[in-house]
Amino acid sequence: MHAAGVVLPPVIMLGLLGVAWQILCSSPDSTLPPPSKVLADTHELIMNPFYDNGGNDKGLFWHLLASLKRVALGYLLAAGAGVALGVLIGSSKWAMRALDPLFQVLRTIPPLAWLPLSLAAFRDGQPSAIFVIFITAIWPIIINTAVGVRNIPQDYRNVARVLRLNGGEFFTTIMLPAAAPYIFTGLRIGIGLSWLAIVAAEMLIGGVGIGFFIWDAWNSSLISDIILALAYVGVVGFFLDRLVALSGKLIGRGTVSI
Amino acid sequence: MNTNEYLKIEHVCKTFGKGESRSEVLRDISLEVAKGEYLAIIGHSGCGKSTLLNIVAGLTEASSGYVFLEGREVHQPGPDRAVVFQNHSLLPWLTVYDNVKLAVDKVFGDKKTKAERHDWTLRNLELTHMTHAMKKRPGEISGGMKQRVGIARALAMSPKVLLLDEPFGALDALTRAHLQEEVMKIHAELGNTVLMITHDVDEAVLLSDRIVMMTNGPAAQIGEIHDVRLPRPRNRLELLGDSNYIAARGAVLEFLHRKSHYVEAA
Repeated sequence: MHAAGVVLPPVIMLGLLGVAWQILCSSPDSTLPPPSKVLADTHELIMNPFYDNGGNDKGLFWHLLASLKRVALGYLLAAGAGVALGVLIGSSKWAMRALDPLFQVLRTIPPLAWLPLSLAAFRDGQPSAIFVIFITAIWPIIINTAVGVRNIPQDYRNVARVLRLNGGEFFTTIMLPAAAPYIFTGLRIGIGLSWLAIVAAEMLIGGVGIGFFIWDAWNSSLISDIILALAYVGVVGFFLDRLVALSGKLIGRGTVSI
Repeated sequence: MNTNEYLKIEHVCKTFGKGESRSEVLRDISLEVAKGEYLAIIGHSGCGKSTLLNIVAGLTEASSGYVFLEGREVHQPGPDRAVVFQNHSLLPWLTVYDNVKLAVDKVFGDKKTKAERHDWTLRNLELTHMTHAMKKRPGEISGGMKQRVGIARALAMSPKVLLLDEPFGALDALTRAHLQEEVMKIHAELGNTVLMITHDVDEAVLLSDRIVMMTNGPAAQIGEIHDVRLPRPRNRLELLGDSNYIAARGAVLEFLHRKSHYVEAA
């Protein structure tokens, strides 16, 4: 398709929504600021994302970076453990019977419900937030990996048996590539959930982080700052999703279509 | 060792399921295949001929009976009984070259050097005329080409017995004829021992030295065995008027359309 055909429709839509917002929020007794006021209020924040006045008084870049670090650590741990557990319950009938009911119950627990418990266990905000990310992201990774491993076609298993591939060879040459489309579906859902959970967790644990920034702005009645932060959260979330999709394309060697 | 007993199938029975849902698929199959012989097994679909091939391959366990290869019992799959699967079963994430190389590396990893394994992979791709597409993925080549690669992969294992499970069943008539010629050439050149499952009468007569006809399931048995007395190399067009060809074709058709039921009833 023509480049203009891809770029123009969302740009026009964004413009229309901006105009509607401006009209709706322009009355003096409106509770939310119109876009013109948001831009004027947050001009400083937009232009100086890197300032650091010590403590929690930092530019948005530092808040986002702190949040991304927590997500990266929690998510990578979840990806490692999730794929390993998914392979286990996908390939062993008994592991499946023993663990699957447990996972089905645990995965319905909302991310933030884990926070008090992890604070009690770790007695520190940082590892608690990372644990919340971990426990949020791991379930879709486990479940999708297990489905992928269970769905490896019998044909490929027969090829492996005729060639007498050992466990390790089967894992790397057949299981991982065959399950890759499922694994990456799980990883994409996982990264989305991680980014959803981090904002909420940071509102409660405080310190540097985009979630804390939003909560702090609310407490100071800086509504324009909140709106800017939300836009940043959305854009970063979008790029995280694309990043996982792209790595799926590269690693999946053509088997992952996104 | 008697050369007639290169591959020996002895009183093989196969029953699936238990109790009420029990179904007997194969009953007392005994068969001997000589070294270098091309044997076709023909029967109506669902008669259990693929099950028999899978038992020889070791992919399915026989309920009773034995399979011997060169006097040794086999009960596990292995590259000495390479299978060309009906649906080619190539790994879609590997190139044509890598699909064959995977087998070569696994089977000859400690016997050949890296360069020798590369050459051996190329040699087998040349045999099946697939070198031109060796960098392509299975998704980018036609069904007939995929089956050529499947054959190259099986040949690359230097198997004692080549097991073909309806290898051309999913191909159009022209591609199928073309591949049959190739398989005949390869068989003439390498002298492989081949066990081929088919439901195509012409294919069975054209390619094989003996045709084993199976009765209809359940509890399929060997109905008749026909010796195909045709000299090699064979040419499908020249054979059309050959009396031995007509006789062999007639015998198989006669069995499939008349006798397979009677044997079952008996």
